[in-house]
Amino acid sequence: MFKILGDTGEHLVVELDGDEVTVPAGVSVAAALLYLDRIPTRHSVVNGLPRAPYCMMGVCFECLIEVDGVVDQRACQLQVRAGQRLRRQLATSKVESA
Amino acid sequence: MQSAYQMVVIGAGPAGMAAAQTAARQGVEVAVIDEQPHPGGQIYRNVNASPLADIDLLGKDYVFGRQLVQGFEYAHLDYFANSGVWFLDRAGELGIVQDGVHRRVSAQRIVIACGAQERAMPFPGWDKAGVMTAGAAQILMKSAAMVPSEAPVLAGNGPLLLLLAWQYLRAGVRLRAIVDTAQSANRWPALRYFPQAIAASDYLFKGLKLVSAIRRARVPWFREASDLRALGEERLSALHFTCRGKPQHIDTTLLLLHQGVIPALQIAAAAGCETRWNSLQQCWQPQVDDWGQSSVDSVFVAGDAAGIGGARAAWLGGQLAGLQLAHQLGLIDAVKRDKLAQPIRKARARHLAIRPFLDTWYRVAESSLVPGDETLACRCEEVSVGEIRTLAAMGCTGPNQAKAFTRCGMGPCQGRFCGSTVEQVFASETAASPQQIGRFNTRPPLKPVTLGQIAGIAHNEQR
Repeated sequence: MFKILGDTGEHLVVELDGDEVTVPAGVSVAAALLYLDRIPTRHSVVNGLPRAPYCMMGVCFECLIEVDGVVDQRACQLQVRAGQRLRRQLATSKVESA
Repeated sequence: MQSAYQMVVIGAGPAGMAAAQTAARQGVEVAVIDEQPHPGGQIYRNVNASPLADIDLLGKDYVFGRQLVQGFEYAHLDYFANSGVWFLDRAGELGIVQDGVHRRVSAQRIVIACGAQERAMPFPGWDKAGVMTAGAAQILMKSAAMVPSEAPVLAGNGPLLLLLAWQYLRAGVRLRAIVDTAQSANRWPALRYFPQAIAASDYLFKGLKLVSAIRRARVPWFREASDLRALGEERLSALHFTCRGKPQHIDTTLLLLHQGVIPALQIAAAAGCETRWNSLQQCWQPQVDDWGQSSVDSVFVAGDAAGIGGARAAWLGGQLAGLQLAHQLGLIDAVKRDKLAQPIRKARARHLAIRPFLDTWYRVAESSLVPGDETLACRCEEVSVGEIRTLAAMGCTGPNQAKAFTRCGMGPCQGRFCGSTVEQVFASETAASPQQIGRFNTRPPLKPVTLGQIAGIAHNEQR
């Protein structure tokens, strides 16, 4: 979905949804997810709607993600680090409302 | 970080950097708290730490920020990056979280310089994965040298949309289309402000340059577009809209939206600063005097956080706040303050001269502020415009009661994105002005914090 202009920079390896993936160093977690084209990055807790980074500046809270076991972190406000464990907050099944 | 400062500045964009530097130069003990890893704010983000091989790509107004950030980096002050304010009060007590560690700091004076945020652009499907703001697209370019890998659609209204299009074309990004929601009916009313805008003709020439470059690139440009609708299941697949009465359909996986920016009001509102509705800019702003002092004596608001004026006006406004603070803290007398302020005021007035023209030319259409019933007003709690409209018709007293009934504005973003839509729906349904309707109350925590982190404050202070 997004690419890096003249991509010659450093990369590092993080864990995303249990798989090792290579991402550019020095970017936010949200930018890395867009680079990997791994959207949606979560399903909403209210109706399970698919969502992805929206404002990239910490305002909208759409990019919430689990980082190293802690849920609901703003992916746009965190830098990628080698070995980081990222997990998209995706619904595995939807509960039908009565 | 010390436990007390004479002055704490929230935000290291142009206004915050200027207020901090100006006061520090007069001998004020200053701390600057900023959420980003580098100073510059969103407008000059990464300007001195750019991942781009050639920052000229973004234009000379961005490159101009280099000298501002350099001056800031040499100033005698304490700068804390990656730090957010989640609490503050009238007494000057602040709760700050830096890299997960929480501290309390007290300040004799606080300068809120947290800039602007994108105005919501609600229409059916605006919450889909693959729909982002134009500001987000710029942040990806500035902070990560990232551009779309497939041709995006740009939709909305305002100078930033044109700037983004121009920057993308320079970066070799093909644009699928510009879906322009600007209203030609705004042009005549805007011309009333044209004579004063000539004082800031550099802005006008810049606008013409952007438009002619986009035209030369033959980007499909749909004018007077309306009735936008984003389609797709797990992610965006297409945009539907109407252009001059004809339905249009464009397949796309990336849609970038913009319809102006509004002051980021959360921190000023939580501090208890009085706010007023600016009908020309269609947004709330804190009440400040001509130095930036708010209705709360110890709190100043500078730059776009106090009313949209752009980066250069913010830089100058920050300097004025810094001078007045240095004066109030007893470091310079009124004569010196006024002498230093005079050329700053003159330059600032010139940069602000363009605003009424721009604000009127790019005035957002009522239909875009008050969308149809099925549109999500509150993305976090998934409350539709129809639900708010029904509440208003039933006699609900305003946004805060609607919040209690629907949880609208109670989600993680705390009403930052739905607030304007909820107010506008109430205003439209009850034929009142947003000033009469009022806005969501704002309370700390202003940023997400865990109970464990709050409990750790005392421990951190002992170390």
